[in-house]
Amino acid sequence: MCLGIPGRIVERCATDGASLAAGFVEFEGLRRRVCLELVPNAQTGDYVIVHAGIAISQINADEAARLLGYLRAIGEDDLAQEITP
Amino acid sequence: MKYVDEYRDPRLAERLVEKLHKMVTRPWTVMEVCGGQTHTLVRSGIDRMIPPDLRLVHGPGCPVCVTPLEMIDRALVIAARPEVTFCSFGDMLRVPGTARDLLSVRASGGDVRIVYSPLDAVTLAQKNPKREVVFFAVGFETTAPATALALIQARRLGLRNLSILAAHVLVLPAMEMVVTAPGNRVQGFLAAGHVCAVMGYEAHHEFAARHRVPIVLTGFEPVDLLEGLLMLSTQMEQGRHEAENQYARSVSESGNRHAQQVIAEVYEICDRPWRGLGVLPHSGLRLRKEYHDMDAERRFASNTFASVEPRECRSGEILIGLLRPDRCEAFGTRCTPEQPLGAPMVSSEGACAAYWKYGRAQRRV
Repeated sequence: MCLGIPGRIVERCATDGASLAAGFVEFEGLRRRVCLELVPNAQTGDYVIVHAGIAISQINADEAARLLGYLRAIGEDDLAQEITP
Repeated sequence: MKYVDEYRDPRLAERLVEKLHKMVTRPWTVMEVCGGQTHTLVRSGIDRMIPPDLRLVHGPGCPVCVTPLEMIDRALVIAARPEVTFCSFGDMLRVPGTARDLLSVRASGGDVRIVYSPLDAVTLAQKNPKREVVFFAVGFETTAPATALALIQARRLGLRNLSILAAHVLVLPAMEMVVTAPGNRVQGFLAAGHVCAVMGYEAHHEFAARHRVPIVLTGFEPVDLLEGLLMLSTQMEQGRHEAENQYARSVSESGNRHAQQVIAEVYEICDRPWRGLGVLPHSGLRLRKEYHDMDAERRFASNTFASVEPRECRSGEILIGLLRPDRCEAFGTRCTPEQPLGAPMVSSEGACAAYWKYGRAQRRV
């Protein structure tokens, strides 16, 4: 139920005052209209987490890169320790 | 797909498993709160790769499973009304009420529809002005902003034929119930990442300190879960009890303020019964007075049903990790996905469903 899928905003739709902010988000080649009301700062090209048709969070690219860098370093550190006498 | 594939990288997962084996020196019991995480852990075989001393128990984070029977029965009564188009997430359709489920209401002529988003219910109400469209609003804090936005939008459009059956629940009161339950064995939590994407995790610091239990907010892919388990094990081995954030790419300390605002505009906190667990204080969301006219419970008031739980279903113990699904006497015999006794056997986030689907139990014939 709390499933959230990451996708990239490919277009923000122009909206009038009465309707919710919306745009098109691409997931693995699939393009869907998504409500962007809760991520007002997300721009075209940004990644968001989409749950039940609503973007609930904008992905922080720096944090993602930091974690992956750290994870990828884990194995190499261990290898280095094993090689070091 | 970016932000998915890299978190399914088997080499990264392997290294984390190795690290975990080095880290864990004593027996620990940890709970993943979210049912979606339960399914990933079992589907990817993480439950079988981690050190045997690190025992996983599965938590109550399955909204479909904890929606009280009375609410399901009420939904069935409303869905059967001739003027109603009843909309729900697909997961709810097979959940057994006292006498039947939504799928059988549909089979006997009820207009029951599966929708992907609560906003689809708004569109249905717009296109079918003569129908009473009712949305079954189940889910945790992750889903509450979506149903709140649907009502805000319906109000802006002046729609009078949309209402919701509000059954939202909150995660922290359920974690509170788990750690305070007599016989609790849970020593650490993997907390649900998307709930925190909405709500942040300021409250988790206080919870971790008060109960002296470590918490790691964790993402949903296998590498996320393994790293979450590593962070949690590190805390337990070092005797720390803090709230840490593994899922920083989507979760910030304060969460999504816009989402919190729409929840607060539409809902207020209330005590709520959880299926199998009883009434948990301050654990649910009900509509604010300003939205009572869109409350399906008021619009279609009915007391024409009597809810009776199947005596044999032990979902209450399953949901707080006191009983493993395959240890239930009814599992795989008198309770199967085709003939379920309780919701955990049919929900895509139910622990019983995960054990059945991924062969974690000797199926008795």
